[in-house]
Formats: sequence, C-alpha cells, structure tokens
Amino acid sequence: MVLSQFLILGALMFSIGVYGLLSRRNAVTVLLAVELMLAAVNINLIAFEAFWNTAAAHGQIFAIFVITIAAAEVGIGLAIILLVFRNRASGNIDQLDLMRW
Amino acid sequence: MTFSEWIVEPVNWAFLAMAIPMVIAALRVVTSRNVVHAALFLVLALAASAGLFILLSAEFVAWVLVLVYIGAVVVLFLFGIMITRAPIGRETNLSHDTRWPAAAAALGVFAVTFWLINAVTEQMGGFGDPLPAVGRATATGILGEGFINTYLIPFEAVGFVLLAALIGGITLARKDLTPAEEDEGARV
Repeated sequence: MVLSQFLILGALMFSIGVYGLLSRRNAVTVLLAVELMLAAVNINLIAFEAFWNTAAAHGQIFAIFVITIAAAEVGIGLAIILLVFRNRASGNIDQLDLMRW
Repeated sequence: MTFSEWIVEPVNWAFLAMAIPMVIAALRVVTSRNVVHAALFLVLALAASAGLFILLSAEFVAWVLVLVYIGAVVVLFLFGIMITRAPIGRETNLSHDTRWPAAAAALGVFAVTFWLINAVTEQMGGFGDPLPAVGRATATGILGEGFINTYLIPFEAVGFVLLAALIGGITLARKDLTPAEEDEGARV
C-alpha cells in the first residue's frame, strides 16, 4: 500500500460530501454529508500517520479529536434542526430565509 | 510503482474490497431519496473506513469510530429523523431541483485536490514507497500517554466542548412550557 491511494480516496469522499452538502435540501441529510467530509479527513490523518510513523502516534490522536468534535457537532446540529422544525414545521433549509436579504 | 505491481499485492485487494463499497455507499448517502436509507448507508461507509484504519494499523481509532459513530452518532441521526418527522419513505424534494452547480463544485474540489496530490507525489518521490507502519499494531498505551502528556490541554478543551455541547443540546431541544401546561404537569 502506498500513501497516494488513501489520499485519493479521501479526496473522493470529501468531494462526494461537498456535493451532498450543496445539493441536499433536507437539513438532516446536509448533516449526513458533513459527516462524510469528516470521515474523509480522518482517512487522511490516519494515512499520514502510517506514512510518517511517529513514535507518539500524533495522527491517530488528532483523528480521535476529530471524531469527538464531530459527535458534539451532530448533537448540537440535530438540536438546532429540532428547534427549527418545532418553530417552522419544516426541515428544509431553503425555507429558512428569515436572515436573507 | 506501476499499477500492475500495485494490484498484485493481496493487501491492496483488501483495500479495494473496502474502498469500492465505501465510495458507493457515500454516493448513496448523498443521492438516496429515503432519509433512513441515507443514514444507514452512512453506517456502511463508516464501517468501511474503520476497516481501512485497521489496515493502516490504527486499531484503537477504528474501534473508537465504530463505537462513537456507528454506535452513537447514527442512532442520534435516526432519532433526529424520527422526531422531526422527516419524510420516511420515498421523497421527491429531499434535494434541490438544480444539482449541476453542486456537482460542478464537487468536481472542482476533486480536480484541484487530485492535481495537488499528483504534483506533491512527483515532487517528493517518496509517496510511492510502501507505508512503514502497515502490519504493526499501534500500542494503545502510546495514545493514552499522548493524551495526558503532549495533548493534555487540547484533551481538556475537548472535554469542555463536549460538556458545552451537552448543555447546549439540552437547552436548545427542551420545550418551554406555558404556565398552564406547567400547572397541568404539576397536577399529574
């Protein structure tokens, strides 16, 4: 195994996440796309850790930080979606135009 | 390393066996017309990435991924889908009608990243070498020592972030009762 194959896989996953982020209308599915992008970042971190092979495994530690932040982000994100749904009776982000000029 | 040299290594078959389902599952996450299916395809994509982590000798991170993501985050997503009564079943307006700008942006991101990876690979010349860490397990104790030595302050900060997220989630999601409803709750 070489490093490039993981980097290209990560780039592919990230691009798929970008597509989902921009093309989805339902807020929950937008969050799912964000999770894909974070997974792509984790693949890169672990692959570079295997490449540099540091004694203290810095890359793996950072990957765990990313996973933790992602879990916090999903919790808050879903709470906000829940609140928006309760107030507007809709989970579609294109109907949230209150702050749009 | 040429492609024919690359493909004869059995470990690369394992890589392909996980990478191809992963990409297909990721595509289904962003194109599926059923929200629940999208969340369940995310499980497949994340399980495949956990397999890749094991291949890269990062066992602990792989199991953290399985526990936190597949065990907790996806369940949270399913709860979110059910509570917001997001359309369960086939749904036509889950995505925007015009999707080509999103596809163009995604293709642009991929093209630029791919070009960068290729350029750096050529310049460094070392990316074609086999990965040194493959085949050796990472001792989990190393990660623990890293968390309480080098990365102590980020570790505490992440703990604080989780606490803030917990309190924020409760505050955002709880329903403010009107005085009449509160009285009713007290009577019950």
